[in-house]
Amino acid sequence: MSSEIVWMILGMGVVTYIPRMLPFALFKGKELPPFLQGVLKNVPSATLGALIFPGVLFIQEDIWFGILGAAAAFLVAYLGANVIVVVLGAIAVLSVYSFII
Amino acid sequence: MAELAVNRSASEFRKGIQAGISIAIGYAPIALTFGLLAKTTGLSIGETVLMSLVVFAGASQYISLSLVTLGTGIVEIILTTFIVNIRHFLMSTALNEKSEEDHFINKAIYSFGITDETFSVAAMKEGTVTSGYMFGLNLISYVSWVVCSGIGFLIGASLPQTLQESMSVALYAMFIGLLVPSMKKSIKVVYLAALAACFNTIFTLTNALSSGWAIVAATLLSAVLVEIIEGLKKKQRGEGHE
Repeated sequence: MSSEIVWMILGMGVVTYIPRMLPFALFKGKELPPFLQGVLKNVPSATLGALIFPGVLFIQEDIWFGILGAAAAFLVAYLGANVIVVVLGAIAVLSVYSFII
Repeated sequence: MAELAVNRSASEFRKGIQAGISIAIGYAPIALTFGLLAKTTGLSIGETVLMSLVVFAGASQYISLSLVTLGTGIVEIILTTFIVNIRHFLMSTALNEKSEEDHFINKAIYSFGITDETFSVAAMKEGTVTSGYMFGLNLISYVSWVVCSGIGFLIGASLPQTLQESMSVALYAMFIGLLVPSMKKSIKVVYLAALAACFNTIFTLTNALSSGWAIVAATLLSAVLVEIIEGLKKKQRGEGHE
C-alpha cells in the first residue's frame, strides 16, 4: 500500500465521520425550539424528494430508463407492496425493458 | 429483567437487518463498480477495501478515484470529500431527534454508518429508533458495501451488462418505496418531497451548487418553507375560531 493513498483514505474517513457523529454529541434531542424540531421532522421526506430527483433520470443515458424505473417503483409502492418488492419489481421491469430495446 | 432487555435488543437488531436488505441489494452493483474502477485507477486490493471500510460513502469514494486519476493533491481530495459528505450533518441532526436515549458511545458507533440510504430507512420508520435497530441496519449495508468493493476488484468485472443497468435503479426504487406510503397518509409529505425535488433539480441542472450542497439546500428550503406555511395556516385557523 502506498502511504500517500492510505493517508488520503484516513483523512477522507475522518472528515466523513465528523458530520455524521457531531449532532449526536451536540444535541441531546428534543431541546431545540419547536419550530426547528418541526423543520427537522420535515427533513426525511424532503431529503427523499431531493435524493430521487433529478438523479433517477440520469441512471442511464436513455432518460426513459430512469422514468420507467421510477414509474414502476411508484406503482408497486402505491399498491402497498413492501420496499423489497418495490426494489425487485423496478429491477424486473427494467430488465424486460433492456431486453426488448 | 436483564434477559428481557437482551431479547428485545436482539429482535430490534434483527428488524434492522431486515430493513437493510434493500440497501444491501442496492449497494451491490455500486460497490462492485467501485472495486473495478479502483483497480483501473491503480489502487491495490488493500487500499480499495480500506477505503470502503474507513469512508463508507459512495459518491465521495467515486469522486476521489477520478481526482486521483487527475493527479489532485490529497488535501484537496479530503476537502472535497468533506464538502460532499457534509449533508450527513443534517441527516444525523434529524435522526438524533428520533433516536431512543442511549449511551453516547453507542450513538457514536452507529453514526459511522449513516448514509443517505440508512438514514432514509431509519427516518421513515414509525416511532422511535433504537440503537439495536441502527446497528442491524447499518451493519448489513456496511458488509454489502465492503465485501462487494473487494469482489469488484478481484473479479475485475461487474455484473452482466443488462443486470448491472437494471440494478442501477435499485436505490432510487427503495427511496420511492419509502416515500410513497407516507405520501398516501399525509399531503404534507407530498409537498415536502415535491418541493425539495424541484429545488434540487433547479440547483443541479443550472450547476448553481455541487450535488452535495444542492441536496442540503433543497432539503432545508423545502422543510423550512412547508413548516412556515403550516404555521401560518394553523394561526389563521386559530384566529378564525376566536
